[in-house]
Amino acid sequence: MLAWILLFLPLLAAAANQLYLKRNAFIASMVSTASVVASFGIALVLLGQQGATVAPLPWLSLDGGEGLQLTLELDRLSTGMMVIVTGIGMLVHLFSLGYMAEDSAKARYFTGLSFFMFSMTGIVLAGNFIMTFIFWELVGFSSYLLIGHWYQKDSAADAAKKAFIVNRIGDFGFMIGILMLFGITGTFVFDGMKEGLGNFQTANAGFFTENSAAFTVLLGTALLCVFCGAVGKSAQFPLHVWLPDAMEGPTPVSALIHAATMVAAGIYMLFRVQLALDLDFAATFAGDVIAWIGGITALLAALMATQQNDIKRVLAYSTLSQLGYMVMATGLGGGEAGMFHLYTHAWFKALLFLGSGAVIYACHHEQDIWKMGGLLRKMPITGATFIAGTAALIAVPFTSGFFSKEAILHAAHDHKALFWLAVVVAVLTPFYMTRLVIVAFLGKTRTDDAGHAKEVPPVMWVPLAVLGVLAIISGFTWVNGLAPATPAHAGEFHPNALFWISLGALVAGVVPAFLLYRDRDRDPLSIALFRERFYLDAIYDKVVVRGIQNGSAAIVHFFDEFVVNGLIVGGASRLAESFGLLFRRVQSGNLQGYAFTFGIGLILVVYFTTFWK
Amino acid sequence: MLLLIVLLPLLAFAAILGGAKARQTAVIASGANLALGLLAAFTWKTWANFWGFSVPVLSTPEIHLSLGFIDGMSVVMLLLSVIVAFAALLTGHAPVGREKLYYGSSLLIAAGAIGAFVATDLFFFYAFHELALIPTFLMIGMLGRGERKAVAWKITIYLGFGSLVLLAGLVWLGAAVDTFDMTAMNDAAVIDPATQKSIAAFLIVGFGILVSLFPFHSWAAPAYASAPAPTAMLHAGVLKKFGLYGLLRLGVPLVPEGLSAWLVPLCVLLLGNILWVGFVTISQKRLDGMLGNSSVMHMGYIFLAIAALAAAPDHPWALPAAVLLMFAHGVSIAMLFGLADKIERATGTLDLDELGGLAKSAPSLAFLFGLVGMASIGLPGLANFVGEVMVFISAFHPGNYNPVAGLGPVQITCILAIWGVVISAIYMLRAYRKVFQGPSGKLTEGAADLSLGDRVPAILLSVVLIVVGLCPNLLLSLLR
Repeated sequence: MLAWILLFLPLLAAAANQLYLKRNAFIASMVSTASVVASFGIALVLLGQQGATVAPLPWLSLDGGEGLQLTLELDRLSTGMMVIVTGIGMLVHLFSLGYMAEDSAKARYFTGLSFFMFSMTGIVLAGNFIMTFIFWELVGFSSYLLIGHWYQKDSAADAAKKAFIVNRIGDFGFMIGILMLFGITGTFVFDGMKEGLGNFQTANAGFFTENSAAFTVLLGTALLCVFCGAVGKSAQFPLHVWLPDAMEGPTPVSALIHAATMVAAGIYMLFRVQLALDLDFAATFAGDVIAWIGGITALLAALMATQQNDIKRVLAYSTLSQLGYMVMATGLGGGEAGMFHLYTHAWFKALLFLGSGAVIYACHHEQDIWKMGGLLRKMPITGATFIAGTAALIAVPFTSGFFSKEAILHAAHDHKALFWLAVVVAVLTPFYMTRLVIVAFLGKTRTDDAGHAKEVPPVMWVPLAVLGVLAIISGFTWVNGLAPATPAHAGEFHPNALFWISLGALVAGVVPAFLLYRDRDRDPLSIALFRERFYLDAIYDKVVVRGIQNGSAAIVHFFDEFVVNGLIVGGASRLAESFGLLFRRVQSGNLQGYAFTFGIGLILVVYFTTFWK
Repeated sequence: MLLLIVLLPLLAFAAILGGAKARQTAVIASGANLALGLLAAFTWKTWANFWGFSVPVLSTPEIHLSLGFIDGMSVVMLLLSVIVAFAALLTGHAPVGREKLYYGSSLLIAAGAIGAFVATDLFFFYAFHELALIPTFLMIGMLGRGERKAVAWKITIYLGFGSLVLLAGLVWLGAAVDTFDMTAMNDAAVIDPATQKSIAAFLIVGFGILVSLFPFHSWAAPAYASAPAPTAMLHAGVLKKFGLYGLLRLGVPLVPEGLSAWLVPLCVLLLGNILWVGFVTISQKRLDGMLGNSSVMHMGYIFLAIAALAAAPDHPWALPAAVLLMFAHGVSIAMLFGLADKIERATGTLDLDELGGLAKSAPSLAFLFGLVGMASIGLPGLANFVGEVMVFISAFHPGNYNPVAGLGPVQITCILAIWGVVISAIYMLRAYRKVFQGPSGKLTEGAADLSLGDRVPAILLSVVLIVVGLCPNLLLSLLR
């Protein structure tokens, strides 16, 4: 019961806001905030429940007992994830009270946030794959609403549309994967999948002994299709392009949706599938593909991040890169490590995004880091917490990010190529983050906007402070029981080879960045390839969208008009038309005439059938 | 009592001709029909005798004017008809001086559609549909926009030809089962496979043309673009479903082997609807053209359910899936056409490049259009999603799909059809972006929002979409 309340409470808040409180922004914001606080409370109560049964709700009932129920899954994974989602959600709501105070559409904004909370809660608690898909789409929709909050801006409206469509491309594969798994296991319900898979193997045992590879091929294909969903939602290469554009949305939204929770849903879903099937992704060829997609995303995004000048875009590419890490670990069979990194990353990346929001707020919506500088003195709390978040992200020893990144490297341990790729990313991360901190927060103030910056009000810095503490401590063993999953020995410190490698990577990233960017007014490096994001966005826009999609649409349209309509079907209708000419002589050519003919036709039909008998 | 539901619009039509106030009469009659339709939904099983009606008309061949609910599918279609008819008559605003024709024709279309769905005699099943077509032609030809005469001529030829093919198929079918009584057909002897195949061909082509099955779809988009709002709503939303209803009602139970013999061609054609017409939809430059083509495209999904039934006739998912999707599509496309009409009244254009930023000046219109737009591209929580996902599930249901045997034609078609979900997101979001988002332009800046009266039909339809989307069992319970 409590779980159902947890699910529907934010929907109620969103509905109340939409229906009654559109003109009452203050009450609307309070309703949304109150609902998320209550959600957080419920999430804490439910934390750690394992295997508790929640009464299902009927949804689709068909003949022969077929159909689908709405079921919720409560276990460590879902309850832990709920604490992350509602915890960060709560802090983001609070922060938004300050950040969006002056916005003319505040009520709509909070409605969107509540609707997002509902959808995200649904993904987390979903007990079957169709529900996951339902909320998966709804999360994409709420993200569309929030990215497009300032819809009168062309860039925001375009970004919202792009996010939705790119996600749908991923969902194309996702749906096929869900259907294939349904075909194999005979169920959508996570709890029954393992059994279904076993039954499938026994039922077709003869076939599989003859075709030994068939089983892994079948299962691997299904898993890869399911993975497509994660590629879209978690913005993995080659569908990563929507996430940086999504930064057009209000910054608290970026913190909640495009850093901590929604984009992590892909990793969450993969881990859920891993649990449901009780099977390692590494067991099929799907694991390799997943790991490589994750690794490539992590590397490409980190390279792109080194040359971005918009504070939010640096963080966006960093998010891509970290998501790539998680996906890679999952593909290598280290789903626990991926989930653990998801958990620590959620806190510190939400912190960094909210920090950037505070900076943007204080600098009158300036986002270019080269027009900032010296902000640490002007905004000590924001600055200090931002540095704490950075420390976690670049894996300074004993911060939360340090423990989780080590778990990722550990998971990649047996895969030489991906391991060293991960180490390269671990060098790049401190490089671009040090660049960001030095340019924006240290040195001298470069513009008036930055000069007038002052510390944000408490409703905004308190969430920063809370997240700052969590960014540091959330990895330790005595807190990480909160995590939805932890690998063995998580949060323990062992000064082994891995430790020295990651420490080396940290130094190898920080020191050059420090030397390169200290006291600079403009970027000494200029690498167009990274700055232009490997030209992928341009290629997609020019080749895929304009060329292939619009081009083939135009060609098909042409053929439809002139060939299908004009020649093939038109020929038949022209034949009919010449028959019609005969009648046209008789009639006056107006429509009442045609209608009349139809009436006559009906009578003829009656006679025809009568005599024909 | 069903006779009353069919007669009410006809009586109202007569009253309008006799001088009654056109709009009020039409709205009252369709409102009363809506109430009766809802009553029927609750009582059709328990009061079957109360609703049924039959009088003999001809003795050779035996033809009865008989109405009744053969099963829940007829009830769902009746509900769809009365809901959309009420909304369409509320939405429409006749040009001054043409009220009689405008509201009278709309009532006739409604009467014909309702009659076709509740007729239990093959002859009247066909005749009611023809009855509804005539006022459709009239409305387009006399009150339509653009090249209305040419368009009216075009659909007269297309639909007339389709009806003829269909008639041949129905007569043959009637002869093969030796009765015109649709309730008795299922008990007739099984038709031999060769005959089934021929009859199925006639039915697929005949019904297919009426439902704008590829490549017989070119009539639909221009017709809807030209038609006055209530006509577009009634035809796209309700009357067009006649062909699908016919295939489900007659084709699936009576000529199953015939349908399965045509399975692969049917799959190819329905993919033509989804992918080919999908691309055509993307390249539309006007909102009405986009909506018209999108409605053609979505027919493909219902045909996919029919294909699943052709492959596995006793499928527990496919039939409810098709019926639910017909219902959802009918409600959503009617609402889209109704709102598109409002956009044109507010701004004077439906050209996508001339619009923009309308959400600022007309927030209610933007909200409602956004809601139904999302419904039509299958956003969960709204009715269309349930139908679509059920169609997809039917294709991969164990009754239809054996993973070890590999993908059959239905599964391959389904996979390709799912790509249509991407296509529809592209055209719908692009249109929404161009109409409602971005900076306001000359035409949209001072555009008026929906009046309270205009909101009523849109809200009615959106409530239906939400309720069925959240609780599909309400409809499905009629089908169990």
